[in-house]
Amino acid sequence: MTRRRWAFVAAGVLIATFAWLLYGGIDKNIVFFLTPKELLAKGAAGYDVPVRLGGQVKPASVTWNEKALDLQFVVTDGTGQIPVHTSGAPPQMFRDGMGVVVEGRYGHNGVFQATSLMVKHSNEYRPPKPGQRPGEMYKTLLDGSGP
Amino acid sequence: MTGFFAHNALLVSLAVILFGLVIGPLGIRRGRRDWIEIAYGAVYTNFLLVTIATLSMVYALVTHDFSVSYVAQVGSRETPLFYTVISLWGALEGSILFWAWVLALYSSAAVWINRQREGNLVPYAAAAFLGISLFFLVLLVGPANPFLPVSPVPADGPGPNPLLQNHILMAVHPPLLYLGYVGMSVPFAFAVGAMLSGEVTSDDWTRITRRWTLASWGLLSAAIIAGMWWSYEVLGWGGYWAWDPVENASFLPWLTATAYLHSVMVQQRHGMLRLWNLNLVVGTFILTILGTFLTRSGILSSVHAFTTGPIGFYFLGFITLVLVCTMAMVWGNSEKLRTVGRFDSPASRETVLLLNNLFLTAFMFTVLVGTLYPLVAEAVRGVKVSVGEPFFNRMTLPMIVALLFLMGVGPALPWRSATTKELRAKLIPPLIGALLFTVGALIAGVHNVYGVLAFCFVGYSALANLREYSIGTRARRSAHGESWPTAFIRLVGGNRRRYGGYVAHMGVFLVALGVAASSSLRTERTATLKPGESLSVSGRTVRLEGVWGREEIQRSVIGATLAVVKDGGVVGFLEPRMNFYPTSEAPVPTPDVRSTITGDLYANLMAFEPRGANATVKLIVEPLTPWIWFGGGIVVLGALISILPQRRPSQAAAFAPAAPVGPPISAIPVKVEA
Repeated sequence: MTRRRWAFVAAGVLIATFAWLLYGGIDKNIVFFLTPKELLAKGAAGYDVPVRLGGQVKPASVTWNEKALDLQFVVTDGTGQIPVHTSGAPPQMFRDGMGVVVEGRYGHNGVFQATSLMVKHSNEYRPPKPGQRPGEMYKTLLDGSGP
Repeated sequence: MTGFFAHNALLVSLAVILFGLVIGPLGIRRGRRDWIEIAYGAVYTNFLLVTIATLSMVYALVTHDFSVSYVAQVGSRETPLFYTVISLWGALEGSILFWAWVLALYSSAAVWINRQREGNLVPYAAAAFLGISLFFLVLLVGPANPFLPVSPVPADGPGPNPLLQNHILMAVHPPLLYLGYVGMSVPFAFAVGAMLSGEVTSDDWTRITRRWTLASWGLLSAAIIAGMWWSYEVLGWGGYWAWDPVENASFLPWLTATAYLHSVMVQQRHGMLRLWNLNLVVGTFILTILGTFLTRSGILSSVHAFTTGPIGFYFLGFITLVLVCTMAMVWGNSEKLRTVGRFDSPASRETVLLLNNLFLTAFMFTVLVGTLYPLVAEAVRGVKVSVGEPFFNRMTLPMIVALLFLMGVGPALPWRSATTKELRAKLIPPLIGALLFTVGALIAGVHNVYGVLAFCFVGYSALANLREYSIGTRARRSAHGESWPTAFIRLVGGNRRRYGGYVAHMGVFLVALGVAASSSLRTERTATLKPGESLSVSGRTVRLEGVWGREEIQRSVIGATLAVVKDGGVVGFLEPRMNFYPTSEAPVPTPDVRSTITGDLYANLMAFEPRGANATVKLIVEPLTPWIWFGGGIVVLGALISILPQRRPSQAAAFAPAAPVGPPISAIPVKVEA
């Protein structure tokens, strides 16, 4: 019976260690999903931790330097707003007022340095308005240049 | 009309299942074989009726019958026929219908093949099949009804999700996944049958379901690889695995199923680990249901999205019910499940198999916790969080490299116990492989610890693996005087189960090398190019030739042509594109990949100037990525070798230690398509 008991103790210790490792790992790698208002409300605790920031692109805030691949815009949720800086290209349909999720860290300089940028689409199907059908957009986009 | 007809077929099937669920157990209790036959009939009838419903759906999709709700949801007159047919599994309701159909197919085949077996194992397994089918039928006539009438009938629909239409792999990955997922209900049903009939000690259920489990495992492996490949070919970030909940959902049951395939060998040899194996089989089944729940209930986008529809609660209820029932069954059999054998020595294959199970189970729990944590956090604390990739990598990479090492040690060790001399002869020579691969990795520029360890252990285990073939072939050659090729073929053919496993291991080594190299040595650059300008990444150069547009049947395409330049000459072209679908605001990126045996050159079109004056292109060099897809194929080949029946039945008896109870088990013809 003692062998059995030892086996149970060993299994218990093993499981406890594993659970402790899991807990520690999760705790360190959790990424909060916040809106600009919520991130600003965190104050000092909001700086330099991994965050996913969600909101809309503030109209007329986008600047993209295509040579340096430097993209800046402001994410807003109506109340709070946070400037975002990232390198890379904006998604093709990047427009004012569209929903975005950026992942990165909020720096002490007051700029959110993003490592990834995702465009948020609503899951509901809406028929495109006239002039917004990709076929038409495409024609205005590439008038005359064939394959 | 079609909808009404199919809906009624499902309702009748529901009644047939309920009838079978009453008459089957009653027949078992009263010893009425004819009643049990009727319950088997219910299993076959369910297959017939669900087939009718599924074919009706295909018919409705193909004829654009928008009076059927599912067709109105995913159909479109502009979509090509092929994508119209495969949109059967493109959304929730259709995929539940497909699940139910695959389940009906598996259950009637498994019951039919074993219908003549005496005892109560198969009747109870049939009842378990009917129970699972009942759940899916309830979904199909309730919260996931694809045949609801639509009024007024729309003239056209939005068409399937553009991501589904953009790549051929989307026609391959979902059916493979469902075939693999649902196949896991075969060992589950027979495990339940064994527990209810009290036949847990005969191990017969493991032998009846061996080929089914292997086939499902092979299909699931193929599905996971196909999903990775699809992600690589369509999503445009040049990666194939991001610990995304959808990916994790497919991976979780694979881990427990892999553990089971290994530990069942210990059970069949020594009569040990019976309780453990039952838990693995039950766990695998529950994880397939959990995976379907995660990917299909909408819970991943938000807990709130999930609470708006009732389907999630059905799934949670079913998972709870299965957990409670199977725990009660395990409890009821616990006296019989007491281990009879014991381990002879720590230096044995049994020990390695135990460690393998320990790591695979810990692996599964890690992924499970990381996947479910955000859901629990949102439901309990009301915060939206995600668990970052570093968590998964830091926790699982040590287990992955440990498993790679064990794959070399395990097959080299004998069963029962090994002498010091055997250990030395088997475990020391493969160190040469470890040394060679480590040096190779360091020279190639792999500097992260786990990358180097992965190379080192793959080197060790691959050499150990190859030595097993060479030792066996040499033994056959000297014993039977056969030529090298004959000896080799007869060696593998004579013990397909064992060598099939070794071949699958070889495939895993190739996948591991591909993953280690492509993640450690990946280099990328993004630049905005004018036509004629070039971009170079680690010695590979492309030149932008031009930006162009084209109309295709169901989409508009904008692409860039890049010339791959080598030594001043053009050696090929890459054409990354963006596909614009009429129903989607955002384009679907379509990167272009140039594969060679040493790796991939991957180009993605990020942005373009409207008049074609420039294009922003991301260029990635990923060494050894094609090895992942090729290795996946070898894994499936290994499963296939293990499934194929032995050529000479006299040899088959060699690895079935105990004579099965009841009449001999018939061979199960299962085809695996890679």
